[in-house]
Amino acid sequence: MTWAEQLLQCLKANDVNMAIYVPDEVLTPLINGADSDPDMIAFAASREEEAIGISAGAALGGTRSVVLMQSSGFGNSVNALASLVVPYQLPVVMIIGERGVLGEFNSVQVPISRTIRPSLDALGIPHRTLERLEDVTPTASKVVQQAFQTHSPAVLFINPLLTGGKEDR
Amino acid sequence: MSARDDLKVMSRNDLTKRLVGKLEHDEAVVAGIGNTNFDLLDAGHRPQNFYMLGSMGLAAPIALGVALAQPERNVVALEGDGSILMNLGTLTTIASLAPLNLTVVIWDNGLYQITGMQTTATSTVTDIVAVAAGCGIAQSSWATDEAHFEQLVNNAVSTPGPHFIAARVDEAAATARPERNPVLWKDRFMIGIDAKPAAG
Ligand SMILES: Cc1ncc(C[n+]2csc(CCOP(=O)(O)OP(=O)(O)O)c2C)c(N)n1
Repeated sequence: MTWAEQLLQCLKANDVNMAIYVPDEVLTPLINGADSDPDMIAFAASREEEAIGISAGAALGGTRSVVLMQSSGFGNSVNALASLVVPYQLPVVMIIGERGVLGEFNSVQVPISRTIRPSLDALGIPHRTLERLEDVTPTASKVVQQAFQTHSPAVLFINPLLTGGKEDR
Repeated sequence: MSARDDLKVMSRNDLTKRLVGKLEHDEAVVAGIGNTNFDLLDAGHRPQNFYMLGSMGLAAPIALGVALAQPERNVVALEGDGSILMNLGTLTTIASLAPLNLTVVIWDNGLYQITGMQTTATSTVTDIVAVAAGCGIAQSSWATDEAHFEQLVNNAVSTPGPHFIAARVDEAAATARPERNPVLWKDRFMIGIDAKPAAG
């Protein structure tokens, strides 16, 4: 199975049935997979903090969801995490396609990518980076399971080593 | 010049009470930062109320998430004009998904009142109902007076949405304050809307 098929399977195994995304090219297989899955509803939000608000609302309403974004979108997410998700202890799971690392061609992607892990650490949000195909299912299932069981947000990074990254064209 | 210029300025506190008075089926209410949620509490706590203590601009997205999670329950987002201006994109998401059970109510005082009465764009050039309609929420209306507001709310909770209602409101400072305890309000809300059992 591809990384995207593994992730989708693992989300569904954890009763996640909503995917809210702001598009990212490397995440496209996962977005499309969720979109065409009859058990999932998938839709775009206009901005990452909005996506996090919707995911938080879904959690309050008793539905498990996931937020898909590009690493640059983390910059648009911070206040929603800091003043909603963390203090209200909401299980918002974010899958972040990583730009700005390993073979990046566009320098504007680099600075924000350096802020993400330190910011997550400062906020106390656990994160794992997926780099190898064989780690996807075991790591992602445990991260997703823990997030919902402990009412805590969590982040999975989708690294270029896993996806091949984005080509300059 | 917007349609807003000629509208009656009403009491936010009174309109909030009128709104709550129309909610007879355990509708969920997600109230935005500051005065919006202070007045919601002042109208009498309901277990289906969610008080947003931060996250300016996210009342409508949160309400949308609740509405998608619970399609059988009507959900109302209450936001200030300054707050909705921070996240106008969410109106396009609401229009695209078109949840039948979601209503967005905007208290438009033309101000960022709580931070020192700075004016917002709605005080001069921006008509927030025209914005919502332009984003694709066809059922978007200004409330012209109190009776009309009640009629719009009745319609919103009894006919398929999404609905968008805006009212020009005064600058009276809200006096109630929800306890600053996020997890308490989360738990009460989730129990109040049956998203979680009361015990266990
Ligand atoms: C992200 C963010 N930016 C700024 C603020 C400061 N702030 C808190 S409430 C508010 C004004 C809200 O205006 P509005 O929604 O119109 O409500 P009003 O105060 O007029 O009742 C601002 C700017 C904040 N809390 N969060």
